Amino acid sequence: MSALLLALLLVPLVGAAICGVMAHRENLDRAARAVGLGFSAVSLVLVAVVWSLFSTSPDTARFQGRISVEWIPAFGVSFALGLDGIALTMIALLSVLVPIVLVFAAADKLPPGRTGAGFTALMLTTQGILVGVFAATDVFLFYVLFEAMLIPMYFLIGRFGGPRRQYAAVKFFLYSFLGGLIMLASVIGLFVASEARYGQGTFDWTALQGMAAELPLSTQIWLFLGFFAAFAIKAPLVPFHTWLPDAGAEAPIAGSIILLGLLDKVGTFGFLRYALPLFPAASRELAPLVLTLAVIGVLYGALLAAAQTDLKRFVAYTSIAHFGFIALGIFAFSTQSIAGSALYMVNHGISTAMLFLVVGLLIRRGGTADMTAYGGVGRAAPLLAGMFLVAGLSTIALPGTNSFISEFLVLLGSFPRQPAFTVIATVGIVFAALYMLWVFQRTMTGPLRGTAVVGDGPGAASAATLGGHDSGSDTSDDSWMRRTTARFGDLTRGEVALLTPLVALILVLGFFPGPVLEVLDPTVAATLSEVGVTDPVTPNGVAR
Amino acid sequence: MSLVTAAAPLPEVLPAEGAAGAAWLLVALPALGALVLFVGGRRTDRWGHVLGVATVVASFVVAVVLFAGSLGLPEEERVRDLGIYDWIAVGALNVEFGLRIDPLSLTFALLITGVGSLIHIYSVGYMSHDPNRRKFFAQLNLFVAAMLVLVLGNGFVTLYLGWEGVGLASYLLIGFYTGRSSAGSAAKKAFLMNRVGDVGLALAIFLLFVELGTTQYAEVFARAGEISPGTLTAITLLLLLGACGKSGQFPLQAWLPDAMEGPTPVSALIHAATMVTAGVYLIARSNPLYNLAPVGQLVVTIIGAITLLIGAIIGCAYDDIKKVLAYSTVSQIGYMMLAVGLGPVGYAAALAHLLTHGFFKAGLFLGAGSVMHGMADETDMRRFGGLWRHMPVTFWTFTAGFLALIGFPFLSGFYTKDLIIEASLTAGPVAGWIFGIATLGAAGLTAFYMSRLMLMTFFGPERWKDLHPRRIDGADLEDPPEHYHPHESVASMTAPMVLLAIGSVGAGAFLVGGERLGHYLEASIGVPVEPHDLPAAFPVGLVPYFATLVMLIGAGLAYVLVGRREVPVERPQRVSLPVRAARADLFANTINEGVIARPGIWLSRALVYLDNRGVDGVVNGIAALLGGSSGRLRRTQTGFVRSYALTILGGSVVLVAALLVVGGAG
Amino acid sequence: MSPTIYLLLSALLFAIGAVGVLVRRNAIVVFMCIELMLNAVNLTLVTFSRINGSLGGQIMAFFVMVVAAAEVVVGLSIIMAIFRTRRTTSVDDANLLKY
Repeated sequence: MSALLLALLLVPLVGAAICGVMAHRENLDRAARAVGLGFSAVSLVLVAVVWSLFSTSPDTARFQGRISVEWIPAFGVSFALGLDGIALTMIALLSVLVPIVLVFAAADKLPPGRTGAGFTALMLTTQGILVGVFAATDVFLFYVLFEAMLIPMYFLIGRFGGPRRQYAAVKFFLYSFLGGLIMLASVIGLFVASEARYGQGTFDWTALQGMAAELPLSTQIWLFLGFFAAFAIKAPLVPFHTWLPDAGAEAPIAGSIILLGLLDKVGTFGFLRYALPLFPAASRELAPLVLTLAVIGVLYGALLAAAQTDLKRFVAYTSIAHFGFIALGIFAFSTQSIAGSALYMVNHGISTAMLFLVVGLLIRRGGTADMTAYGGVGRAAPLLAGMFLVAGLSTIALPGTNSFISEFLVLLGSFPRQPAFTVIATVGIVFAALYMLWVFQRTMTGPLRGTAVVGDGPGAASAATLGGHDSGSDTSDDSWMRRTTARFGDLTRGEVALLTPLVALILVLGFFPGPVLEVLDPTVAATLSEVGVTDPVTPNGVAR
Repeated sequence: MSLVTAAAPLPEVLPAEGAAGAAWLLVALPALGALVLFVGGRRTDRWGHVLGVATVVASFVVAVVLFAGSLGLPEEERVRDLGIYDWIAVGALNVEFGLRIDPLSLTFALLITGVGSLIHIYSVGYMSHDPNRRKFFAQLNLFVAAMLVLVLGNGFVTLYLGWEGVGLASYLLIGFYTGRSSAGSAAKKAFLMNRVGDVGLALAIFLLFVELGTTQYAEVFARAGEISPGTLTAITLLLLLGACGKSGQFPLQAWLPDAMEGPTPVSALIHAATMVTAGVYLIARSNPLYNLAPVGQLVVTIIGAITLLIGAIIGCAYDDIKKVLAYSTVSQIGYMMLAVGLGPVGYAAALAHLLTHGFFKAGLFLGAGSVMHGMADETDMRRFGGLWRHMPVTFWTFTAGFLALIGFPFLSGFYTKDLIIEASLTAGPVAGWIFGIATLGAAGLTAFYMSRLMLMTFFGPERWKDLHPRRIDGADLEDPPEHYHPHESVASMTAPMVLLAIGSVGAGAFLVGGERLGHYLEASIGVPVEPHDLPAAFPVGLVPYFATLVMLIGAGLAYVLVGRREVPVERPQRVSLPVRAARADLFANTINEGVIARPGIWLSRALVYLDNRGVDGVVNGIAALLGGSSGRLRRTQTGFVRSYALTILGGSVVLVAALLVVGGAG
Repeated sequence: MSPTIYLLLSALLFAIGAVGVLVRRNAIVVFMCIELMLNAVNLTLVTFSRINGSLGGQIMAFFVMVVAAAEVVVGLSIIMAIFRTRRTTSVDDANLLKY
């Protein structure tokens, strides 16, 4: 399994290198995309194999398939990888999304001077680095990769993005880099503390975790805050979120999916892997602070999402609300809530990818991300509208979709310990329905209208009056309707095929979350015991 | 409430075996139908409706078989659980996906699949001109499947799955005419108000988990006594919030009349016969909890009483035939809520009324649909009149439903409504009077608005003769003809109406007579208590006479005020204050708008400002500060070598001076 | 003779050099003033070498001389280049390299 893990890390990087070389030859562009897709498919197969080999028995060690090679012996840094359940599910999500995203992006128009090969290379680089981030078991290695993943993403946004891409890319980079540097201080602090404890400094996660209980509380709090800064920016928690709507809106759709679906998960993943186990006392002490930010995020993200007029910014703000839920679950410290948060990370990746893809397909047809330019799309493109609805329902965690399981677990698990926070967050599910249905109504239902849909035809003007009067007679003109439908076509077979795996995942994980929960379970149990708390609720209810 | 009975021992929950083991088919069949129709898309257009009808009818057959099987069992063996698989299992939590097969769930399953089958058949004709008929049947099947999950689930989480599932189906079906923007708004409103209720249900589930570590019915109900009274009250109130959302009860009633934007069969199935009764089901199902929480019960009855009056009052003022029926539904479900809130004395009465209401309200809606079908989709009763001659079958079946609803002696509603009035009299010395007057008064109002509806629609002059049909806002409707041509509907539409009319006439006597329903349901809701055996506000035996009298007064008033006068085609604007208030839904929408919607929008906008100017402003501000100060700082690089040299010299001097000072101090 | 005199002399030379660098515009003169400062430092180094009785200071002075020679080569050629293009050796006119 160690070999497989190493392969998982290297395959995308090798693919990226090949694509990067091919990027210099114009005529190899299509071939480069195919090569990239091939490499990502290999990764997918590898993940499937690793998944099947992964032991879910509670007796196995926390990390499986460990590799450790000395890197900088003087500082006790080693190149150490290993998988736990949460890392495995995140890598699996990554490997599922990247091929889909690559296929989707193949039909995208590129800005002048950019090549598909270059794009593919950057995507694969991101994938490779992310595998390393999730699998690293050396804190220094984690830090290095944490910063390294900014580089390909910076170029993805800055080179392939929308009109304000420079601003967004710089903002994204500076924000994340700032967080990373603060974390670096804490990483060094950890090293110093381990020197005091073991006589010789180390960055090994297991060793550092072993001394966590002995660190004095004040030290823990300072070190925790360093990590927290990086993760809260990355996740992002309100009020460190403002880079996300800009980056999400300006990045190309494929980049936004990887950014929101996976890169940001490093923040919540970091909470689970580093903040909680390494600083248990500080985590318990500062939980109310984080929970407050989380709950504010749930409501704040939802309310802001409702007010957006840009489809991509809208998705970004919904994600802020979702990250609030995830943080709530993590810092409520119960088996259900932490498992729910870990599952939420996967599910949010799936539903956000779905939502972004549908939005991307819509933008391809209408040419703009401005919501007000769309109206009544469901009449011209019913399949597209249906897919949008599926994505939306998954986003608002309707039972039967994947997200319900995770949101339910988060809230149910958080309630016993944090009833007040949970009640407020639960109100957030009404807001979620509000923003999603509102957008659906504005863009998908009603008579055909909006400049992006009907061009300058009748009804173009009435899109501005949302939910107002219907321009009665326009829709009876059949030939006009046919023309619009032809121009604003429904999903093609290929596009449906692209979305099908995600729809299937949404439904299957909604009814059968068992296999994923099984993989997560041992890690969740380990995390909980590392934090040093026990479940508030036993199978017989609260102990009275 | 004076009626806290000692919790009777619940019957043991047995595993399902034999025919009951196939109960999953009940849910699976319509679910499969929906899946095939959704995934198959246009390819299934030609035979989609056949599949839709077939799956629901098959499901009905399964329900009948299960029901027969359950009748054959001794009473204490009728409660059975069919576990299917572990749905969510994390730590102490284990949510089993399974079905609860007991008299209560089977009664509902029969109602849902039975009325559902009839309405499916009716829809084949009603939707025959609609290009999206296949989609309609897919959504209708989805609804039936979700509703069956709701009533058959063996735990609160499974119930929640069905609960939001029917919310989704209802959302889709209300918004079915996508060409109308009003349909989209109504659908959204319905889903949102439902979600408000869902928050209550979700929180109740969390509380149950905290208290008992489980959410399965079997364990929750068996151990209900372990929960502290305060928590139990909280749980019951939260469950009530959920019930209010789904059942259109005060203060979440405003979505139900708007839901009439959907096709009429949907109004009949979802917004009259089945989905809106889910709240009553929830409270009846949770009876072991409510029996221990008198405060919770009291609030349920109060909500029911308020709602039944609100619905009846507003129903008197509307001219839209479907909206009158919708408010009638609000009011009738208020009756049921009031009854379930009364405890063991009311459970059977509520469920009996629920069943008969399912028959006659579905029949009335289908009749209304038939009228609309013949009248170019017009719903304004002022444009009807004298239709009894043109659509006889519709008229007679509608009359059966009308008489059943107003409680005409010996028809369905007469029996079941009397049961509720009788039960409400036993609520206590003061409460008995209040609830008794409310229920009796609303019965009079019911008779008034329904007689008004009958008179305006079927009797009087044929006001439509001189009118041109209007284009009904919405692109799915055909171009209106030049004149109204009222005509009787096709057989596939009238046949379900006739069957429902038979049910409306006979169901009450059958179910209530000999207390058949009450006895059958004993295993689920406990032994019914006779109102005659309890102290009542005034003699219970007089209720039928009073009720009939009140009904006659209401109907007579309607005749005097509506039947004998000319009905203007245009709606009069100069009306008295109460009428204006009723037309404005007693200001429910105004209040929602003013208290929730507008402040919400303001808040949202304010937050956008805060986010852009405040949070992002700080970020961009820091960036601008850095940029600005470095811009100023670089001005010191003048390009004059000699000034650099001076700076270097100055720096050296300062350094040396500093060294001297430090050295001197050392 | 007391070494103080040498130190005073070198301080004087250094000050003359520094003032020269600051007030003169002609690049050649500025250059000579820099040389003057360097030699003032050399004198100090040698003086201290004498006071302390170690050779370190004298070795240092040689290093300074070597560096100064190299600097003269580079510096004069730059001045020549500037003079050829601009016909001036004023350091104030060569101010393009600024913010």
